[in-house]
Amino acid sequence: MRIYLDHNATTPLRDEVLAAMARSLRDDFGNPSSAHAEGARAKGALEDARERVAALVGARPGEIVFTSGATEANQLAIHGIATATGPRRRLVTSGVEHPSVAEPTEAMGAVGWPLTRIAVDPDGRLDLEALATELEAETALVSVIWAQNETGVVSPIERIAELCRSRGVPLHVDATQAIGKLPVRLDRVPVDLLSASAHKFNGPKGVGFLVVRGERPLAPWLRGGGQERGRRGGTPNVPAIVGLGVAAELAATELDERAACGAALRDRLWRGIEAKTPSVRRNGDPTCVLPNTLNVEFTAAAGEVLVEALDGEGVAVSAGAACASGAVHPSPALLAMGRTPAEARAAIRFSVGHGNDVGQIDHVSTILPDLVARARALAAAEGGSR
Amino acid sequence: MSERVLVAMSGGVDSSVAAALLVEQGFDVVGVSMRLSAEGSRCCSLDDVEDARRVATALGIRFYVADYTDAFRREVMEPFADAYLGGQTPIPCVACNGRFKFHRLLERARALGAERVATGHYARIERGGGDAGLELHCGADPRKDQSYFLFDLGPDQLSRACFPVGALTKQEVRERARRLGLGTAEKPESQEICFVPDGDYARVVETLRPGAAPGAGEILDEEGNVLGRHRGVHHFTVGQRRGLDLALGRPMYVKRIDAARNRVVVAERSALGAAGARLVGVHWVAGRAPASPVRARVRVRYRHPGAEARVEALDRQGAQVAFDDPVEAVTPGQAAVFYDGSQVLGGGWIAEAVS
Repeated sequence: MRIYLDHNATTPLRDEVLAAMARSLRDDFGNPSSAHAEGARAKGALEDARERVAALVGARPGEIVFTSGATEANQLAIHGIATATGPRRRLVTSGVEHPSVAEPTEAMGAVGWPLTRIAVDPDGRLDLEALATELEAETALVSVIWAQNETGVVSPIERIAELCRSRGVPLHVDATQAIGKLPVRLDRVPVDLLSASAHKFNGPKGVGFLVVRGERPLAPWLRGGGQERGRRGGTPNVPAIVGLGVAAELAATELDERAACGAALRDRLWRGIEAKTPSVRRNGDPTCVLPNTLNVEFTAAAGEVLVEALDGEGVAVSAGAACASGAVHPSPALLAMGRTPAEARAAIRFSVGHGNDVGQIDHVSTILPDLVARARALAAAEGGSR
Repeated sequence: MSERVLVAMSGGVDSSVAAALLVEQGFDVVGVSMRLSAEGSRCCSLDDVEDARRVATALGIRFYVADYTDAFRREVMEPFADAYLGGQTPIPCVACNGRFKFHRLLERARALGAERVATGHYARIERGGGDAGLELHCGADPRKDQSYFLFDLGPDQLSRACFPVGALTKQEVRERARRLGLGTAEKPESQEICFVPDGDYARVVETLRPGAAPGAGEILDEEGNVLGRHRGVHHFTVGQRRGLDLALGRPMYVKRIDAARNRVVVAERSALGAAGARLVGVHWVAGRAPASPVRARVRVRYRHPGAEARVEALDRQGAQVAFDDPVEAVTPGQAAVFYDGSQVLGGGWIAEAVS
């Protein structure tokens, strides 16, 4: 039996989602832009999903733009607003953004857009005073992550939103990790643009959305066809969007229960690790973190090898950000929090979700001490031969 | 529970079949690809990693990529460049296969709960008679034998190493790969040093050690007559004919490189033979040097069939080799490996050829 504790990487598809997608793949084959009955049926499925997503985030259906995922939604938000508001005005973001925000803003910085990255403290908390100082009338966009994918640290979005509103600066929030784990209600928090991805909350991969509040002008990223009110060209992936809709509805209904169960398991795991494994420390402000996420530094261990050793024992976790080439890159988020590369390399992210139980959590905290000892022996041997 | 074995998977056919054989034998196999170079070198490129991953998936085994780019540069590539700049012609694959790969992978194996490491080398490990330790032997396919690269493995490394294709020929390996439907069955051989895919050693040396390459110098004959000029000693290796640009009406070959004085010494082919070689860093597979000189077939480079010789162990991991007949292109920096039949007795690094 596998124990999957990597729900921040991706989540298993819920049965309800799978059933709805299978039906849609078979029945909703029409093109939603077509005038005939087949088209109308697909269009109906699309708009039904749009309503469910809008209900989840407290927005109007017309404010939802379906995309291929949060990466596309982030690019659409950043380029779309920047292009629509005129050239080379300041972009403000944080030092702990996901690469799908960090890299596009970096690329724009390289071609002349002034770019400011707000620092975080050693617990991963954003420096709000610095943000207040950096905000100027000429700022094109502020883009911050709602909940950090590696540490789970939650940004004070309400206060950031107030600040942006008071200065008249549009705010984009990458809420990919927050949806389904925290209340994300745009009718209560004045966020202007919000990105998310279905596969992080038990929906399918390859589909996500951007919420664009109000009538804000947004230059399209993919042009051609005029779909999504001209904001995203291309025939929509109807069955995936149907799956997203069902996953959104489940997330809305189960939010409180998920948060409570997640936090109980997460806290139990931390207590078990702390009690049984020496020299560990928790990364990220524990008072302000996603209910499902636990980032632990196993001091002086080789994190990537610990991931492999746990995998061999049937446990899925992650170290830093996954990279196809196998290159070991210490987590940029942990480096931004002032960790050394060696400390960042020793960090493991546990993220719980649907399907986890107390028995699994206790099993993991029981097998960890031996595996950590071996991963420490390896790091010591490698250090010795350097 | 079955024994867990870590197998080094390069993405080539040999290590693919090595992994497959271990799976057939019932081991709990964990595949690891070593990422050695950040640049696109041929031996460990992303394509090769993906080939290895696909084989692992087909075999149903776990597979990981281990990043050793920093250590590889420090322990293999830079010493290679330094040796070239010192007038030697190094063979980095020996240092890489023995010390580097096995050392690293055995460390990693322990962390993953495995004691042994398997590779796709064509070599065999046999248990010696009596209280003798493990013996290292040539692979069964004489054209593919890679025991030359492994002479430096220590007793602990040898006891934890495993060469599943060592008893097969290359043709048998390919046939097995085809039968198993492995995507790497028809993959061509890699021949060059992995981080010098185009054979341009001088450029690699200059890239690794910018500014350290020596400038132009003199080409002399053995009597000390200046015959011409060269572009830097790192462009030359013993036995080389090309690139000398001497118009003497007869072919001349590099006999010796004097890096300290930035000189290349040339001679006619008939004068290239060496009567012997002085070795350093000698390793004896049995774990101790023989008390008296031994007869052995000595290979002075990877593709060398070997020359009959007398090998005498010296102090401080040294050895003196005396060939029965002169041997051409005995090149400082290459390994000299001693064989008794198929058995590897040991080997060392050529410090100088003896006339």
